[in-house]
Amino acid sequence: MAYTDAKKRHGPGAPGGDKELILRTISLIIVLVIAWLLLSGIYDNTLILGFGAASCLLVALIARRMDVLDKEGFPLHLSPQIFAYWFWLFAEIVKSNIDVAKCVLFPKQYLQPSMFKIKATQTSDLGKVVYANSITLTPGTVTVDLHEDTVLVHALTKETADGVKSGEMDERVTKVMGEG
Amino acid sequence: MSIFAVTAIAILVSVAMALGRAILGPTAYDRILSVNAIGTKTVLLIAVVGFLNGRPDFLDLALVYALMNFIGTLAVLKYFKFGTLRGGLSGTPKGEQ
Amino acid sequence: MDLVLDILTWALMLGGCFFILITGFGLVRFPDLYTRIHAGGMADTLATFLIFGGLALQADDWLVVVKLMMIVAFLFFTSPTATYALAQASFVAGLKPVVDGYTDADENTDGKEEGK
Repeated sequence: MAYTDAKKRHGPGAPGGDKELILRTISLIIVLVIAWLLLSGIYDNTLILGFGAASCLLVALIARRMDVLDKEGFPLHLSPQIFAYWFWLFAEIVKSNIDVAKCVLFPKQYLQPSMFKIKATQTSDLGKVVYANSITLTPGTVTVDLHEDTVLVHALTKETADGVKSGEMDERVTKVMGEG
Repeated sequence: MSIFAVTAIAILVSVAMALGRAILGPTAYDRILSVNAIGTKTVLLIAVVGFLNGRPDFLDLALVYALMNFIGTLAVLKYFKFGTLRGGLSGTPKGEQ
Repeated sequence: MDLVLDILTWALMLGGCFFILITGFGLVRFPDLYTRIHAGGMADTLATFLIFGGLALQADDWLVVVKLMMIVAFLFFTSPTATYALAQASFVAGLKPVVDGYTDADENTDGKEEGK
């Protein structure tokens, strides 16, 4: 059933069309081959190399049959800005880790848990998930619920809560995902 | 004393504290959180012990353990939420049928 | 050169040890589930990065470095998903967080009607 649905959605005349699906399949195979070569480390045994190629093809076939090669499962359309966003996110992670460490050591002084709702300005599900996961990935703030465009956040201290409320991360995610 | 041994001991102490939380933890979710944290620390421990013994091949095990830890946490949570592992994630939670 | 690498490794891995001990300490010390989740998040992010960074400096094969980076990337992608699943499941189950005045989620925080 899923297979026919996939065919309907990606077949001739469907949005995206055959061309995009083939492009996605080929790039998936390339990514799988690179991952296999890096993880295996055996390059002089034909049998092992053959098994590797076969498993890459099999995974690509299954992924295509499972219909996960769409914009969400394989986001080819993201701009290279996402790497700059990762660097910024990593700096945030370091900062908030130090905040949480202080909070563990001196809970009386810093511990001030709160729970609040904020709006996510992303339009696609993928953008919202990236935003919610970024909030969760920085310690000190955890996404508790994501409903339509409202994100329920639990924050450990006042500083981390203000950090989310300032909306800087929201803006950056929206810009990187090319939405809003 | 090599730095790897120091790190391994620190990770083990941390695992012991997480285990204490798993024993104390008032709710089931505290215990799942502890198990998840112990899983992450086990990944670190496998990698560090591999380097301690001069066998970086252990990293393959660490990678597989990271995968299993993630899937295992999600499976246990799904079981707690729906009372069964069957079906999609959009059903009704347990006790609200 | 080796000395510099060794000193860097010591610094990174001792930092990782510090954060991983803080994680365990926070798991025991914090008052309720939601605050403990924050403590657990530290082990998933900075402690992992520091310890694996230290290991990567001691690796003598670049494939090992690639594997270390893959594990870090994998943990960074999956840990927020697991954490979110945990927080959401406990929230839907009706576990209320201890909040300290500084809040404005009032009418809808019991989560009963959002059990989807």
